[in-house]
Amino acid sequence: MDIKVNVRESEGDAYVVDLTGEIDVYTSPKVKDAITELIDQEHYNLVINLEKVRYIDSTGLGVLIGGLKRVREHGGSVNLVCTNPQIKKIFDITGLVKIFGIFDDEQSAMKALA
Amino acid sequence: MNPQEAPTASSGSVVRLSIPARAEWVAVARLAVSAVASRQHFSIDEIEDIKLAIAEACTNAIQHGSPDGTIDIECELRDDELVTIVRDRGKGPRLGTVNEDRIGEMGRTEELGVFLIRALMDTVEYTSDARDGTQLVMVKRVSE
Repeated sequence: MDIKVNVRESEGDAYVVDLTGEIDVYTSPKVKDAITELIDQEHYNLVINLEKVRYIDSTGLGVLIGGLKRVREHGGSVNLVCTNPQIKKIFDITGLVKIFGIFDDEQSAMKALA
Repeated sequence: MNPQEAPTASSGSVVRLSIPARAEWVAVARLAVSAVASRQHFSIDEIEDIKLAIAEACTNAIQHGSPDGTIDIECELRDDELVTIVRDRGKGPRLGTVNEDRIGEMGRTEELGVFLIRALMDTVEYTSDARDGTQLVMVKRVSE
């Protein structure tokens, strides 16, 4: 079990973080490091692509929330790409659908950053 | 062996597992418990719920300290439910303090795990004392 993190520059100042695998108490520090590094480099508009994430727990949610808090301090935003029904359900029951923009594809998530 | 005599999940089947109270072992616990749950007639969604709840219970045990470094997990398959007990030697989270109306607010991430356990399982009972540590009993029933 592992998580793969790929960071790429997209349109404008936006960056996309592609995640593949499972995000839990063991792997979430790797995701946190990638997001923290982007923010430290003053990139405040992020799309985090969860399409290839099979599993996420509260520590993974905490990392995403932490990233959102930091970018918002700079007027930025974090949008998520997520189509996995089980993961969408977790965002739903925790009420996090209210604070994240959650989209079915990267193009829509990117467009909503603007 | 006659196929009709092949072992099947039945009431009273108990599986016990002890893992080191470290992050890298949580995946083993959740996969083992989901394998046990798959012996019962749970849907895939229900097994995913169980998997996440067990992982959250183990994560709590790690985060709130387990002096002897072990988390003990016991699963019992009953007729139409799975009872899972997660024990550790730490003080554990105080389940009664979670404010469900505010769980989605930013900055309250420490409560998310406990909230998820409660939301995903049918029954959750929690006991904690200085001598015996923390015990979380979670029941998931097969949906009709």
